[in-house]
Amino acid sequence: MLNELATIGVKMGATAAVTDASFANDVLMSDKPVLVDFWAEWCGPCKMIGPILEEIAAAHGDKLTILKLNVDENPATASNYGVTSIPTMNVYQNGEIVKQIIGAKPKAALLSDLAEFI
Amino acid sequence: MSQDINDVIIIGSGPAGYTAAIYAARAQLKPIVFEGAVTAGGALMNTTEVENFPGFQDGIMGPALMENMRAQAVKFGANLITDDVTSANLTGDIKTVVDGEGREYKAHSIILATGSSYRELGIDNEKRLSGHGVSWCATCDGFFFRDQDIAVVGGGDSAVEEATFLTRFAKSVTMIHRRDELRASKIMAERAHNDPKIKFAWNSEVTELHGDAKLSGVTIRDINTGDTRELSVTGLFVAIGHDPRSELLKGQVDLDPAGYVLTGAGTTATNLSGVFACGDLVDHTYRQAITAAGTGCSAALDAERFLSGLHSK
Repeated sequence: MLNELATIGVKMGATAAVTDASFANDVLMSDKPVLVDFWAEWCGPCKMIGPILEEIAAAHGDKLTILKLNVDENPATASNYGVTSIPTMNVYQNGEIVKQIIGAKPKAALLSDLAEFI
Repeated sequence: MSQDINDVIIIGSGPAGYTAAIYAARAQLKPIVFEGAVTAGGALMNTTEVENFPGFQDGIMGPALMENMRAQAVKFGANLITDDVTSANLTGDIKTVVDGEGREYKAHSIILATGSSYRELGIDNEKRLSGHGVSWCATCDGFFFRDQDIAVVGGGDSAVEEATFLTRFAKSVTMIHRRDELRASKIMAERAHNDPKIKFAWNSEVTELHGDAKLSGVTIRDINTGDTRELSVTGLFVAIGHDPRSELLKGQVDLDPAGYVLTGAGTTATNLSGVFACGDLVDHTYRQAITAAGTGCSAALDAERFLSGLHSK
């Protein structure tokens, strides 16, 4: 039980945090598609989409897992995937990026972008 | 029925929209404010220090100033909805707007404060490389260009602000400008000239963007001689001005050739009765937070007078 909690990471409502250390396990080896939201505390648009992603996760969590990666704390993963603008949202499936969304968008536009996953 | 029709709906936020909201709320008009789904707070949300807004002698961070204005509007009873207006019908006596969720709202009067958005270069690969080396927001993306050679296109205050901010991260920042001197205010221009990390490519425009997965360089052209040269930059920040967000209003509200909303002399009234406009949606001369706030106040007072005229009929 404690091991499971350790790998799930910190829960924040319907979304959870992912780190450089937990990325492989939580994202690349997930059997469901995972949307990783690359964000930072100083990024205004990132904070705008935070609540929107929470809503989407709450409604569609059975089909799509949404995890948040803080780029200040986890520069390795951000750099590995060539993230140079935030927010960047990558959808990973079977260890690969199958969709990339760059920039903050309203909920309707995000739902449309993610239609194939939810 | 009249319970469903609001006195005033404000479309947009930023200093114009929030100031209009404060005044409209204090006039007991119970304004509904659509502040934008992801753009709430407007242009100042992407700046750092605002040094020239009167009353803040030590400066204030853009987002903090917006948060203060927003909180003030809420305090007096404005109803802020963090969503966009996706369509509007403003020509009749009762105006209707539809939000991002498809909900319809009615009002006797409307205040337009949707501001303006970043202008793009309009060249090949710009959209493709956007987010992969091409950016419009230094405070958002500067972080990712640590120790790199990057460039900023533009010569006004925004461009200089972006360039100076970027020197915190970049190895060098080349300002690419069409003219042979900066348009920016003297104090900003001086800072740029004195900064050892900032270089200048005068009389130049960007003609090509290079790179597959990300930006690897740009071609710039001297507009006088036609000579081209390559700049090996891995980041390009575009700060060449703004275009008004008036797409929703075409065919209803009179716009000037550049898309800015036309208002009468000495008023925020548009060609449509009961529709008022303020901020960067109207102003392409001054475009300051304080002038936007000023016109936001005027719009609320104009709307209030308009509504008194209606109710006295």
